[in-house]
This record gives sequence, structure tokens and C-alpha cells, in this order.
Amino acid sequence: MVDSAALADMDTDPAGSVAVSLRGVTKVYDNGVAALGPIDLEVGRGEFVSLLGPSGCGKSTALRLIAGLGAPTSGTLRVARAVAEANGGHPVGFVFQEPTLMPWTTVRENVRLPLKLAHVPPSGAKVRVDEALAQVGLSEFADSYPRELSGGMKMRVSLARALVTDPDILLMDEPFAALDEITRFRLNNDLLALWRNLRKTVIFVTHSVFESVYLSQRVVVMTSRPGRIATEIKVETAEPRAEDFRTSADYASYCRRVSNALAPAYLGQST
Amino acid sequence: MSTPDLSPPPAAQPASGNHAARVARFMLPIIVLAAGLGLWEFVVRVNDIKPYVLPAPSAVLTTLIRDWDVLSKSLLTTLLTTFEGFAAAAIGGIALALLFNLSRWLEYSLFPYAVVLQVTPVIAIAPLLLIYLPQTTAVVVCAWIVAFFPVLSNTTLGLNSVDRNLAGLFQLYRASRLQTLCFLKLPAALPYILGGLRIAGGLSLIGAVVAEIAAGSAGAGSGLAYRIAESGYRLNIPRMFAALLLLSAAGIVIYGLLALTSHLVLRRWHESALGKES
Repeated sequence: MVDSAALADMDTDPAGSVAVSLRGVTKVYDNGVAALGPIDLEVGRGEFVSLLGPSGCGKSTALRLIAGLGAPTSGTLRVARAVAEANGGHPVGFVFQEPTLMPWTTVRENVRLPLKLAHVPPSGAKVRVDEALAQVGLSEFADSYPRELSGGMKMRVSLARALVTDPDILLMDEPFAALDEITRFRLNNDLLALWRNLRKTVIFVTHSVFESVYLSQRVVVMTSRPGRIATEIKVETAEPRAEDFRTSADYASYCRRVSNALAPAYLGQST
Repeated sequence: MSTPDLSPPPAAQPASGNHAARVARFMLPIIVLAAGLGLWEFVVRVNDIKPYVLPAPSAVLTTLIRDWDVLSKSLLTTLLTTFEGFAAAAIGGIALALLFNLSRWLEYSLFPYAVVLQVTPVIAIAPLLLIYLPQTTAVVVCAWIVAFFPVLSNTTLGLNSVDRNLAGLFQLYRASRLQTLCFLKLPAALPYILGGLRIAGGLSLIGAVVAEIAAGSAGAGSGLAYRIAESGYRLNIPRMFAALLLLSAAGIVIYGLLALTSHLVLRRWHESALGKES
């Protein structure tokens, strides 16, 4: 019953302008719960898109489908082939809501994992691990164990692990939701800086209006049960964004617009 | 002059309190032991109790030294059996758990029998095993039967306790089954496996002793348990105590070694092995 095209990720050539494309994608779980769709979504190469919505709106489900963790029930899902795929790269990097680190080994080994699984020789892997750790500012903590790090630092390790394969697409599933606000703001800024430097495509799932507006070029507002796209709002503001954007009138008005767009999504819910 | 004198005490107070607690933790059981032994010796001497009724601790110690040749050989035999049973239990338990993890059908087919083997008292199985197997093998098999179940069930529990997101991550990076096993499932299950092994260590000694006693009554064997049975028939009560003492010591050493191994392996990352202060 699965559309055969749904399983084939890739015909798009690396030079194409579309990174991820979903056409009429639905997901129905084995227990009959319709979690998603049908939704249509196109994310351009190098774009920073947020999926925003109440919990249970299928935004995480959509992200997992894009990552290849589970197949869509119907519809077509295309993910552009990674430029770096040839040298042990992987088209997508995934950052989970929790840091999801292996507690039994060091930061360095955690970051090296995707390369180890792709059979990249240790000598070549070391350079890339060091580079990824430097990108998130954790070079000094390479030999620490996850439990020795703060929540924000663990999240950075998780980010470094997603970056180590040099993916074209970075999928982030409410990565900063569990952090305190100060740490979250810092990580928001660092993520924006990384995105500007590395020009990755980022799909960022969040339930925070403020975070989605601050980070993304486009906010995709979703409704729940089953998850559908309610509306999309482009955030067009002077780049590069920095702390002063957070306090600008522009930011406030975008937040209001997004909040208003989100309100009907909540009306559909019983809670 | 006065400042250095004043500052240390507040800092030293909790430290010395800690130190005292640590010394007490070691000393109190030793004091209890000494007091117990002293009382025992005193009661035996004052009442002039005969050694074949209740030997004094000193008599047990003398016997231990005098019969060291016989007892040490028996100790070695028992330890060897225990070790063989333990090794078989560790390898068999872990291997079976891995198979169960790979194939649900295999788990459904065999797990009930593992439980049956576990709940049937080994002392009841031992005589049968002694009929069908050579005696040395039967003893090892007994040790294995008692010890393998905790390893199996703990390893199974551990393999099923893998963080779901980490499993997703391995899937995302297209890890092979072998990679997932080696880099994810086994390390995640390690604390559980070590817990199972710690229980299995003590149990394999029990299994060995039970089988030796069963075998001993059949007239063969030379392990410590057999010595206890034999000394019982001869009313050589001091030697019974001496052999019992060695068995306890062996059990303590086995437990200590396994606990130490577990601590050394897990100390960098697992909650169970971390100090309370962190």
C-alpha cells in the first residue's frame, strides 16, 4: 500500500534547489491513529524552516519520516542526495529532543559514532570529529563523559554528532525544549551562526512561537489530529539576526502573527 | 599566628566526621565478630562442651591448620567446579539472551523452559543428573543450572532497555545488526549483565555445593561440601566448621571480585558506580 516512490529517497541531483519535498504524505500508525497529513511541504536548499504546532500535531512524525525513521503510509517523500555522501557522509543529521548520548563513552566517541557506523577509518574520523567539536565550542571537553556535562553542553555534543557527517540537511526535534531560557538563547544564537557559516538546510521542530520566529526564515504552523499544515509565515528581516532582533518591534509583530495563526490550531483541541 | 589556628577546625570537622564514619564501617563488624567469637570460646570453655558437640573457635582454627592439606585440595576442587559452572552460566546466559533478542520466536519457544529449570529446586535435579552424567560433569551442570538464569534474565532486561532514541539514531545511520549489537545493545546492557553475574557467582557456588552433597552421599567426590558431609558421618565437627568457614570465605571472595569488576568497568559512567557526592 505504500507508494513505491515514498521509499525511494532520491532522484534529485545535488545541484537541485529543493532539499526536501513532501507530497500528500500521510502517516497512520499500526494502531490506527492518523498522526499526519496529508501534508505538502517543500524546503529549499539552505533554508531554515520551523515546524510549529501544539503537541500531537505530527510535527515530530513529519521530521522522523524525513529522517527515514519509518515510512509514510502514503504520498511521496523526497530527500536530496547529500553532496558529501560519497565520503561516508549522510544526507541528514538528526538532533533529538534529549541529547541521546551514549553514557558509557566519551564525548569524542559519541561524536565519532556516525563515522564509525559508516566504516570511516579512525585517522580520517579524528579530523572531522575535532572539527565538529570546534564548531560547537566543545574542543576542550572531547574526553569528558556525558554525565560530566551540563544540559546545554550535552545538546552541543548532540549537535556536533549531527554535523560530523557533514549532512546537507539538519533535522532538529525540539532540541532546546528542556533547557533553561538563558542556555536556550545562547544555543539559538550559536545555531544561527552555524547555519550562516555552513549553509545547511535546517528543519526545526518547536512548540515555541518565539523560538520559531527568532530562528527561521519560514514558520510552518501545524494543526493537530491529524497533523496538517494550517499556514506558513515568512519571517523577512535584516540578516544577520542577533540579540537585538529579539527585542525589536519587527520580532514582536511576527510573534503576534504566528501566535494568531496558531490560535485556531489550539481551538481544534479539547485541552 | 592566630588566623591559621582558627581556620582549619571548621573545615576539618566534617572531614574527620566522615573519616570516623568510614573507620566505624570497617571496625564495627570486626568488633562484633571478635565479641561473638570471644563469647563462643568462653561459653565452650566454661561449660566444658565437647568438640563433637560444639567446637570452640580455637579448635576450629587448629583443625583448619592441621587439616589444611585435605581442606585446601577440597577447596580447590569446589572452586574449580564453581568457576566452570559460573563460566558456563555467564557464556550460556549471555549467548541465550542474545539469541532471544535476535529472534522473538526462539524466545517464545525456549524462555518457559528456562523458567522451569530455574524454579525446580536444584537439589531435586542433582541426583538425576548424577545418574545420567559423569560425576564431575554433573556437578558443573548443577552449578550452571542455578547460575545461568539470573544472567539470562538480566541480560534480556538489559538488551530491552536500550534508549529508544539511541536505537533510532543507529537506524538513521544505517547501522548493521552486528554494529547495533556491539556498539549499542551490549554496552547499554552491561550494567544489567554485571548485576546478573554478581548474583550468578554466589549461586554457582551454591549449585556446586548442592551437587557435591548429592554426589557425596553416593560415595564419591572430594569437594568441600563432600568434606562436610563426610565429617558429619564421622562426628568430626571441628572439621565441619573449618570446611564451612572456607566455603563462606570463598563465597565472600567471589562476590567481592565480581563487585570489584563491576565497579571498575562502570565507574566512569554508570549511576550505580558513581560516588554519592556527584
